[in-house]
Amino acid sequence: MGQLIYLKDVVTLALNEEKCAGCGTCEVVCPHNVFRLNNGKVAIVDRDACMECGACATNCPTEAITVQSGVGCAQALINSALGRSSSSCCCVIEPKKPGAQETAIQNPKSGCC
Amino acid sequence: MTGLPRLDQPFVTGSVETREGRVPQVSSSWTQADYLGTFKARWGIGRMHYMVDPGLYALGQPDEKSPVLVTANYKMSFDRLRKALPGRNAWILVLDTKGINVWCAAGKGTFGTDELVARIGSSGLERIVSHREVILPQLSAPGVAAHQVRKLSSFKALFGPIRAEDLPAYLDNGMKATAEMRSKSFTAWERFVLIPVELVDALKAAVMIAPVLLILSGLLGPAGFWPNVLNQGLFAVQALLTAILAGAVLTPLLLPWLPGRAFSVKSLTPGLVCALWLLLWRWGDGGKTGGLLEMIGWGLVILSVSAYLGMNFTGASTYTSLSGVKKEMRWSLPLQIGSGVIGLVLWVVSMLVDQGV
Repeated sequence: MGQLIYLKDVVTLALNEEKCAGCGTCEVVCPHNVFRLNNGKVAIVDRDACMECGACATNCPTEAITVQSGVGCAQALINSALGRSSSSCCCVIEPKKPGAQETAIQNPKSGCC
Repeated sequence: MTGLPRLDQPFVTGSVETREGRVPQVSSSWTQADYLGTFKARWGIGRMHYMVDPGLYALGQPDEKSPVLVTANYKMSFDRLRKALPGRNAWILVLDTKGINVWCAAGKGTFGTDELVARIGSSGLERIVSHREVILPQLSAPGVAAHQVRKLSSFKALFGPIRAEDLPAYLDNGMKATAEMRSKSFTAWERFVLIPVELVDALKAAVMIAPVLLILSGLLGPAGFWPNVLNQGLFAVQALLTAILAGAVLTPLLLPWLPGRAFSVKSLTPGLVCALWLLLWRWGDGGKTGGLLEMIGWGLVILSVSAYLGMNFTGASTYTSLSGVKKEMRWSLPLQIGSGVIGLVLWVVSMLVDQGV
């Protein structure tokens, strides 16, 4: 969205240009126009617009993109700090389901709906 | 994993005979029950169990050439998909996301490559359509690796637009999406419909906290128990509700226009305005006021509660990153807790001082 930008210079998004095959799928799936395909390679053109959803990393066939994704829920972080992990509260940090995705996502995922 | 979704689900209007058996048929119209269900879900009523059976559905009278649209088994996702396609024939493949919407389920991994591949298999889709394409909502991309779907099933996964409403144009343009269709907005309406759930959660907490404030005021205030409750106690509850108004309602509504980038900072503007408005009213109330200490105390509490609620809205927003939220929380949460505690202490002192203790 045009005017809505969150914090600057904070996201874990990283692009390895050597691995990039120029398929452009990241540009297709990104909901915030972070990437632009240019001359056979993709570039990050709006880093601060990235919300770390992981769509790009999940769909990069050469694993050129890495990001620590997770649903950005303050309540989940608070619950995890308090040691809560029960199902009665949907906002918990859950370990990523095994085989749920093949990506370079490193952190456990937040379970906030 | 069983085969077909049940035919007796209330929103099913008929069935379509296929090689795999009777596939439930749905229309693009909503009944009163569908509207009511959406309304209740928006208010947090039953939304953790608002589901449809996973599996294959027929929208209208699809044949073997009709497109296959994939969605989550959260009933609101399913309903919004079919509503966007009046007069069209399509197959709807519903994944088991445990009743969670597309974007959140994708983030969690339940709207994932494995579930999609398994559901394609168990629905017998190969024997129902002659083409080999499924259309995914764009926001499922965090969970579905399209290139893997190709390898693991005989189907190619295409990413359709973000909004179901853009599907007719997407389909008519030969599966092409415009850049606008691929950008996630956060309009005033989209923010507005998220407020009821936040408000209900905040009010549930308030219902527990209010009696504590009333009893405290009754015991610690300068006059008798009940006069205190009606004076200092009631004011405390009013302040709490004011904070909820500022943090859970005004902050989401006015988000783009509030100064600051961190949500807790954005909340300070409505927090301050609402606090001043309440305190001016209290000041003008003559003999009832507890003086400066009470006002500063509750001013601080309103700011901290409002900031906390605003920060919480990041979880419902469409553009905040986890790294950003962690960073915001690191400095903001201690400040919220600190100023909240100081505010409450000032309030308690204001009541004790009144008694000359």
